[in-house]
Amino acid sequence: MDLNSQETIKRLADEHGPDHLLVILGAPDPESAEIAAETVVLGDPTYAGALAEAQLGLSVYHVLEDEFRSQIADDVWEDQIGVMADVLEAEEISAAVRAMRERKGEGA
Amino acid sequence: MFEGKQIIVLGERDGIAGPAIAACVKSAGGHVAYTSTECFV
Repeated sequence: MDLNSQETIKRLADEHGPDHLLVILGAPDPESAEIAAETVVLGDPTYAGALAEAQLGLSVYHVLEDEFRSQIADDVWEDQIGVMADVLEAEEISAAVRAMRERKGEGA
Repeated sequence: MFEGKQIIVLGERDGIAGPAIAACVKSAGGHVAYTSTECFV
């Protein structure tokens, strides 16, 4: 994950508390979704950024998960996400992020 | 899902970009605290 993003997430967690943050991912495949989710749940696996060894345990979802999709009006979804929802491997991506949520004791 | 939360949007260039996700969140009444579009090469 981008180092600037890691620094900002750490600052927001310090300011608002981890329980008040929600991370939404737009990763293109299960592997990158898993790494991004791991970074905000268990810490940066590459030990390169501000979230190294920071087990924030943040709530994290991918855009294509039903929990997020169900919150968005159909017309907005079509305008903003549209065909990408059909192109990406939604089921595999969702499973990867869900698995990471379960590692912090949350999720379906 | 969004109530009382600060939303962090981590989009990706090859997936779904940050501003598109942020627009969805805002349309549903969520408060976006940070948006990025990352690029893995």
